[in-house]
Amino acid sequence: MDYKTRKRLLTVAFYVMVAFIVIYTVFPFYWAVVSSLKAGAALFRVEFVPPDPAWDNYVSVFREQPFARNILNSVIVAFVTVILSLFLAVTAAYALGRVYFRGRGVLLFVVLGVSMFPQVAVLSGLYETIRFLGLYNSLWALILSYLIFTLPFTVWVLTTFMRELPKELEEAAIVDGASPWQTIVSVFMPLMGPALATTGLLAFIAAWNEFLFALTFTLTNDMRTVPVAIALISGASQFELPWGNIMAASVIVTVPLIVLVLIFQRKIVSGLTAGAVKG
Amino acid sequence: MTVRASKLTRQRVRAAWVFLAPMLIVLALVAGWPLLSTFSYSFTDKTLTADSETRFVGVSNYVFYGPNLNDWDDELDGYFIVYEPDDALLVYRPDTDTFYDLDTDQPYADNVDRSQIFEWQGLLVDGLWWKSVWNTTAFAVISVALELILGMAVALILNANMPGRSVMRAAVLIPWAIPTIVSAQMWGWMLNDQYGVINEVFLGLGFIEDRLAYTANPLLALPSVIAVDVWKTTPFMSLLILAALQLLPGECYEAARVDGVHPIKVFVKITLPLIRPALMVAVIFRSLDALRIFDLIYVLTSNTRDTMSMSVYARQQLVDFQNVGYGSAASTTLFLIITSFTVVYIALGRVNFGGER
Repeated sequence: MDYKTRKRLLTVAFYVMVAFIVIYTVFPFYWAVVSSLKAGAALFRVEFVPPDPAWDNYVSVFREQPFARNILNSVIVAFVTVILSLFLAVTAAYALGRVYFRGRGVLLFVVLGVSMFPQVAVLSGLYETIRFLGLYNSLWALILSYLIFTLPFTVWVLTTFMRELPKELEEAAIVDGASPWQTIVSVFMPLMGPALATTGLLAFIAAWNEFLFALTFTLTNDMRTVPVAIALISGASQFELPWGNIMAASVIVTVPLIVLVLIFQRKIVSGLTAGAVKG
Repeated sequence: MTVRASKLTRQRVRAAWVFLAPMLIVLALVAGWPLLSTFSYSFTDKTLTADSETRFVGVSNYVFYGPNLNDWDDELDGYFIVYEPDDALLVYRPDTDTFYDLDTDQPYADNVDRSQIFEWQGLLVDGLWWKSVWNTTAFAVISVALELILGMAVALILNANMPGRSVMRAAVLIPWAIPTIVSAQMWGWMLNDQYGVINEVFLGLGFIEDRLAYTANPLLALPSVIAVDVWKTTPFMSLLILAALQLLPGECYEAARVDGVHPIKVFVKITLPLIRPALMVAVIFRSLDALRIFDLIYVLTSNTRDTMSMSVYARQQLVDFQNVGYGSAASTTLFLIITSFTVVYIALGRVNFGGER
């Protein structure tokens, strides 16, 4: 075999591998889309392209349970969680990233520790706290409990970001007599747009996907978030799961996420690596 | 000038604490206080039923030798016991370590054979708990190892200079973007024993002779969970590895190529040592995630013994059985296991890291 054929064979093998990886990663979602478009008995036949696509499953998923309400709940919870954690994290990140004081290292370590928490470890204590505050089976219970993972993450990433900003910017503000709060608002905030967008997006996805707290701290159908609703969709009989509805619901909540992730892919990758590699 | 500087510093430090306060208060409320309460509940017999009184039981939730803990009766101030050899109704009071006759409330005259009544109980002698510890460990070790190998392969391909790289990067991000619950349901449908596409394809290819119930079969349930987790989280791994690969200096590779070093040797001798720190961080993040796994297992295989993880076990005790004290003991043990794993990993990781330099 001469050098040229060998090289060509290697290229072919390489692209076969690439094709295999792309099919492996994309096929399960493709199959969910295909299944969601099959009505009635067509669902139970394995056909890789639906012969006559139908929207029946999409209609019935909204008719048979308060799925629109579940989506609204998820949007509210994720948005409020992100806004609260960004607000709390920006000021904290300024303190941790720009000011030298005793105990700073310990605080950063605690923040990192909390972000790695197994959530079950706080489940019973948090349940009692939430009942004590009268928040059981409300969206506030979820917003409050989600701060346990979104807040440390945003604080950590924004602190690393703040630390890298040039010192001169802040000194100029101090010479002009600006207070620390004014410095944050007028000097740092304008520079932090991209960092806020990235961390906000990642925190949003984390809050949107959360399951354990949402399952435990809500009781009624109309307080459930999307992941709990999808996990608990049940059919007419106990033994017959409405797979068509489940697939339709899955596609509905996943398409916006995939679009977001594909639009922001570069930012997401840099945000993830800032959170992980530097951590 | 120094006076002004120190005044400025003091002002800044004061402002820093004011800025930190809201975050610290929130973290204390949602993390610190609940964690401490969980610890303290684990030493009580607290339940979710409103009318029962909570009592301190020491380490009984962890390990206890005595009458069945569920037979405790607040009114009797002891354990209610049906002593079968004598057909007698007795009360056992641990503070005096004596058996009393239920009717007369006098110490029971006959000798009581304690081995008939007493048994070892508690989390640390519960077979199901150790089964779930084993499941979680097996799941974490196998899935993180597979994700590391596959993630490395995908990252090396993404790092190669080839046309269509952006398409592949986008494709790889899709599993990461899909919520865990959704991926569990999607795979649950694909793995369905009667109508699942996987059985259909495997039958067509001649891999299997009969349709398999992947999520219900005791031998296949855990491997199925691992397969779905690998599919879902390999992208995360490969993106972290890719980020590390892209920071590598080109000169070493140039030199190796000029010297005609075999690509595999280049990978082992140059690439691996250079990206080792990033791999260590990626592995600890994924391992901590894997050790607390809940949602995927809960949805894909529900509460079966074959795949039960520590988190599923603890939540079942806490919520389904309303056994807050016992469930908190499981939560606390899980927390201690994960914390000690982290400490050992970081300590060992650092030792190796220092040895290399």
